Formats: sequence, structure tokens, C-alpha cells
Amino acid sequence: MDFDLNEEQRLLKDSIDGLLTDSYDFESRKKYMMEKGGWSKTVWLKLAEQGLLGLPFAEADGGFGGGGVETMIVMEALGKALVLEPYLATVVIGGGFLRHAGTDAQKAAHVPGIIDGSKTLAFAQLEKNSRYDLFDVATTAKKKGDGWVIDGEKFVVLNGENADTLIVTARTKGERRDKAGIGVFLVPANAKGVTKKSYPTQDGLHAADITLTGVEIGPDAVLGNPEDSLALIERVVDEARVALCAEAVGLMDESLKTTVEYIKTRKQFGVAIGSFQSLQHRASDMFVAAEQARSMSMFATMAGDFENAKERSNAIAAAKVQIGKSLKFVGQQAIQLHGGIGMTMEAKIGHYFKRLTMIENSFGDTDYHQRRVADGGGLI
Amino acid sequence: MDLAFTKEEQAFREEVRQFFRDNVPPDTRRKMVEGRHLSKDEMVTWWRILNKKGWGVSHWPKQYGGTGWTSVQHYIFNEELQSYPAPQPLAFGVSMVGPVIYTFGNEEQKKQYLPRIANVDDWWCQGFSEPGSGSDLASLKTKAERKGDKWIINGQKTWTTLAQHADMIFCLCRTDPGAKKQMGISFIVFSMKSKGVTVRPIQTIDGGVEVNEVFFDDVEVPVENLIGEENKGWDYAKFLLGNERTGIARVGVSKERLRRIRDLAGKVESGGKPIIQDAAFREKLAACEIELKALELTQLRVVADEGKHGKGKPNPASSVLKIKGSEIQQTTTELLMEVIGPFAAPYDVHGDDGSNEAMDWTAQIAPSYFNNRKVSIYGGSNEIQRNIIAKAVLGL
Repeated sequence: MDFDLNEEQRLLKDSIDGLLTDSYDFESRKKYMMEKGGWSKTVWLKLAEQGLLGLPFAEADGGFGGGGVETMIVMEALGKALVLEPYLATVVIGGGFLRHAGTDAQKAAHVPGIIDGSKTLAFAQLEKNSRYDLFDVATTAKKKGDGWVIDGEKFVVLNGENADTLIVTARTKGERRDKAGIGVFLVPANAKGVTKKSYPTQDGLHAADITLTGVEIGPDAVLGNPEDSLALIERVVDEARVALCAEAVGLMDESLKTTVEYIKTRKQFGVAIGSFQSLQHRASDMFVAAEQARSMSMFATMAGDFENAKERSNAIAAAKVQIGKSLKFVGQQAIQLHGGIGMTMEAKIGHYFKRLTMIENSFGDTDYHQRRVADGGGLI
Repeated sequence: MDLAFTKEEQAFREEVRQFFRDNVPPDTRRKMVEGRHLSKDEMVTWWRILNKKGWGVSHWPKQYGGTGWTSVQHYIFNEELQSYPAPQPLAFGVSMVGPVIYTFGNEEQKKQYLPRIANVDDWWCQGFSEPGSGSDLASLKTKAERKGDKWIINGQKTWTTLAQHADMIFCLCRTDPGAKKQMGISFIVFSMKSKGVTVRPIQTIDGGVEVNEVFFDDVEVPVENLIGEENKGWDYAKFLLGNERTGIARVGVSKERLRRIRDLAGKVESGGKPIIQDAAFREKLAACEIELKALELTQLRVVADEGKHGKGKPNPASSVLKIKGSEIQQTTTELLMEVIGPFAAPYDVHGDDGSNEAMDWTAQIAPSYFNNRKVSIYGGSNEIQRNIIAKAVLGL
């Protein structure tokens, strides 16, 4: 039973916090947002230089062999600084598929480019009617020769505009909501038949809606078993959920800190508004919510290593519920305690609120995961 | 970071669990499960079993009868005790006055009181709150005046839990009326059998009598019954209240109750099928379980921290424990109310005579719900806890 970071993990935390303090203040972020695809290549290369993009990959693949705790540290730091760069899409999700299912050849083709920062990935999974069910896949992959032809539409693909490679879920057999018959494919973003409509998302990230029309790929594009990869998708998405929990904790920490600083300095009726008990109690409740979220983020991080898939996903679902409830409270109250200034684009707090809000609706919202825990027989 | 308990810790949990299975009187356990009040005899009998095993005052220093367990072992012991369920050691003696005596008392006092606390030869009660001093405890008025070799005590305490059973009381008394309010208070212990002590029961909304008013009318107490220094009582009170940080979350209690809810919800019908099959109910139950899991993890963070860095500087997360712990306990009693539905209404018509086994379990559910409103009020109300977080953690 230990919740402390070890020496190496502390160094990692110091190093990423240091990097982001130097290069990621709120004003710089606005500039990065204007660059192509909505994030900064320069910052990305700095992350690569510090080895952060290679963190979870095995040493044999050129990485550092980091585990869940290392990813948690990075994601918390990225949340705290409200980072735009596609770490989740490229390293956590893209990297996750390669780590869990990539052949040696696939890893050799993709991992070095991720680690050195030259290539980014995007996960093309969401469909018009799939909502949060990972098995709800209408996009099809049909066998042609020894390769595949993919047809379908994917939505809100984070980093879809910039990514060099898309990781696409597609159905190789069965009906839209069958759990069997789903495959995962590595599709070059510039493949013939791929069209993209890019846009900024509510939280300042960038996404794209992607149409795949008769996109032909070779046999080397298949990740795992093309007819039975739901377990793989669930595993990687669980890792993404855990990463989002950690990002949310970083966002909540910074939101609470910013809010407390604000109510200590903002004066009304001749005194700092933080001297009013109604505001103090609200801030205390924000603290409680953030701490409960931190506990569950740690729990989810450690549950990521559970061998039993049901226990693992149950724990992670529970964490996502707690994070969803906490982030809604902390985010909303941070705006409320800021008052009018919290409503402006100029103040940074609103941007934290927006990112937090989008996290709730990523890979299953609070109700979705609460239902999963309830239907799975509970947690006690 | 590591979530797992060590092999030794797991073996310890099994040992503790087995001891409870073998030694908690079955009727005591049943009454606990049903939320019934236990008699003094039932409680004392169990505590003496525990003390005989050497676990009665487990967290005390070894030289006074403690176990020398690690903070994780204490956590496991408490969780197993709460979730078995069996009565926890009498907090007023074991967690409150005992540590004050072995930390601030003289050798004579340690010798006189500590073994009797451990074996519950004396039942202790707490004389802190007064009618005019609740959250603002330091405004207390009960006074102790020095006359020769005696303190003469006059005043009134209230909310004195189980004072009807008590042999001894530890009391905050004003000994220097001229001093600033926290400065003139002393910590004095004396017999509840002393002349001039009157106990009047207060019936609470659940119909039970757990708390009392206690009146002191020229009670004579030997001067040597002062613990520590005169006028330093407020420091000892703060020490006492800060001493038990992790037990207050009562995670084990809520766990046991949630298991009971799940069990009952599989039996009680709603719409022609067990209420557990009702999606809305099931999700509420899951929501509570998730909250409890988060609290358990928060508690483990605090426990692990204490194990590593000592109790000197408390983990700020410890302030979460009282607020969330009490809220969750209350939610569990609400869920029980929901399970029982219209059968919440009958008063305990059968008593505990086993005459109506089918319905006996329903008898204490509404009283328990009413009674549990106290948990967000006592021990520093949740509003006071929020003041503490605002000041001590957030610097507001």
C-alpha cells in the first residue's frame, strides 16, 4: 500500500512541470492554438526531446518502459497547463494499440516516428450513432485480395487534421451492434478515399470528421485479430479513460488554485470576497471533490494493471463516474466564484471549465459508466 | 505507487476476521446488523474479550498495552471490526481520554486509569458540549474553583453520550474566568458517582436515549484529578479531537450497510420483482458504492502517508474524511429507507423478542435513518469541517 511516487517518477514530474512552466503559460497557449492543426510543433518536439513521447513504449522498441503511473504524471501535468498537443491521441491511444497489438514490423514502422515527434496519430472510432458503445460500429472493412477496403464515416476524431496515421475501427462481419466481427486498422491519413473536415472543438483542441470511401489498405494494416478486436479496443480505451481522469485531476487542481487565488484578491464591500463564509464553504467543497477525484484517478491508474478485465473495467468505470461528478462541480463552481470575469474568454478559468466539460463526455459520460458499474453488480 | 496489501497484511486481515467469527457473540452481531442499540452488558462483554486478546487499546503505545501495529494494520483491524460488524472500543475511554492521560498525565494517573480504561472497568463519558457551547466549544461556562485540596465544579454539560452507563467523566472546565476564552480551561476527570452529579436523559428523534444532560452542583473533586497543567485544557482537547483522523470516515460501517442493502434489495419486491432489478434504484446504489470507494482510497492515502511520514503533519486529504464519511453513512440509511418503502412506518411493535422474524429486520430502519442525521453534526459539524478546510488547507 503506497501512494507515493518513487525517485524516478518524482524526477519525471519535476521535469515535465518545469518544461510546461517555461513554455506553456496561458498567453503562449493562445498562440499555439493558431498554428496548423491547432497545436505547436515546437512544443511537441520539446516533449520528444525530454523522452515523454516514448514513455510508455518498451525499451526494445526505443521507449522507456513506463507504466500507468508515468502516464498519470504526464497527463496530470498536461491538464494543469491546459496543453493542446495530441499526447492522448498519439502516445496513449495510438501508442496503446501498437503496444498491445502491433507486430514487430508495425512497431518498427510507427513507434520511432512517435518517439521522435515526427509523426502523430488519431483514433477514428466515434460514429454518428455509436455514442459511447465501442462495439457499435457501422464502418465496414471488406476483404479484397490479401488486403482490405474500408468504407464509413467517423466523427470528432481528435488530432484528425494533423495525424499521419489514423487508427480506424471497422466491422469485418456481423451487424452494427454485434460484439464480434470488429477489427482495428492502421490507415495512412493521405490514403486515397480519405476526406477530412477539420474544426476546432469547444475546448480549443482540434478534431476532424473523416469519411472513408473505398479506402484500400494492405494486410500489414491490421492490428490484432480483424474479426475479434473488441477486447483490444476496450483495453486501449480504458487506458485513455484513465489518462483522461488524470488530466482532469490536473485541470481541477489548477481550477481550484486559480479560484482560491482570485477570491483572496477580489474585493467587494471593502474586503476580499474569500472572507465570506458562503464562498469559503463552496471552495472547501471544491477541494473535497478534487481530492475524491484524485483518489479515484490513482485507483484507476493502478487498476490498469489488473489482469482480470472485468475488475479492471469496473474500477475504471467507477473512476470515470467520480471524475465526472467532481469535474462538473469544480468546473461550475470555479466559474461561479469568479463571477462575471469567469464568463469571459479573456480569463483562463473558463478554458479550464470547457476542457473539463469535454472530458466528461469523452469515452463514456457519468451516467454511462454509472450504469456499467450498476449492471456489473456494483463495487462492494 | 502500489495498491496491494502485503502478504503479511493479508494474513493479518484473515487472522482478525477469524477472531471476530470465533469470538463476537452472535446476538451482538445480529443487533448491530439490524441497527439496534446494545445493552451495556453486551458491549462490555465484547470489549473485555477484545482486551483479553490484547486488542482492546490497539493503537496505544506498547508500554500501556498497545499492539505496536503499523498504520495499515490499524486500518485493516478497524475496517474488519466495522464491517463484521462488532462494536468498536468505547471511543471516550480508548481514543479520547486514554491518549490524553498517557501523553499529558502523571505516572500516578497513568497507573490509576489506563488499565481500567482498557478493560472497561470504568465506562468513560465526555464532558465537552454545553447548552450554549456547541460548535463554539471554547465559550464553555462550567467552572471549577479551587478550594483547598478540591475543585468545586458547577455547571451543565449536554449531548453526553451514554452518560447513563458512565463511571467516569473527563470534563473541560473554566478555571480562569479572567483569561481569554481558550486560555482559562482545564481538563479534569472525576467519578460520575460524585455527590452533586445528575444525569437527565435526552430522547432523540429516533426514540432512543443515547445522549444526556449532565448537571454539576457543587461537585467536589480532588485536586489531583486535574490532567496536565491548569488552564492548558484547550490544548489537550485539540489533541484529543485531532487524534483520531481516519476512523471517523467509518468506511467499514458503510461497506457493511451497502452489503446489507444489496442483500435486502434482492428480496424485497417492487413492481413484482426484486427492487435490485429496478434500474433507477440500482444506479443510486452504485453511485453510493463509487463514492465510498473514493473515500476508501482517500483514507488509504492518509493511512499510507501516516505509515511513511508519521502523524506529525496530516495529509490535507484527511479533512475530506469526516465530511464524505458522514454523507455516505447518511446515504446508506436513505437507501435502506427506500428498500423498505411503506414498511418504514410501523414503530418497533414487536420489540426484539424474535416473535416476528419476517418483519423484525424492518423495525430499526427508520430510527436508524433518523439517528444518522447526527453524524454530520457531531465531532465538529460538517460546516465546521468546511471552515477548517477553508482556513487550514486553502488559506482563506
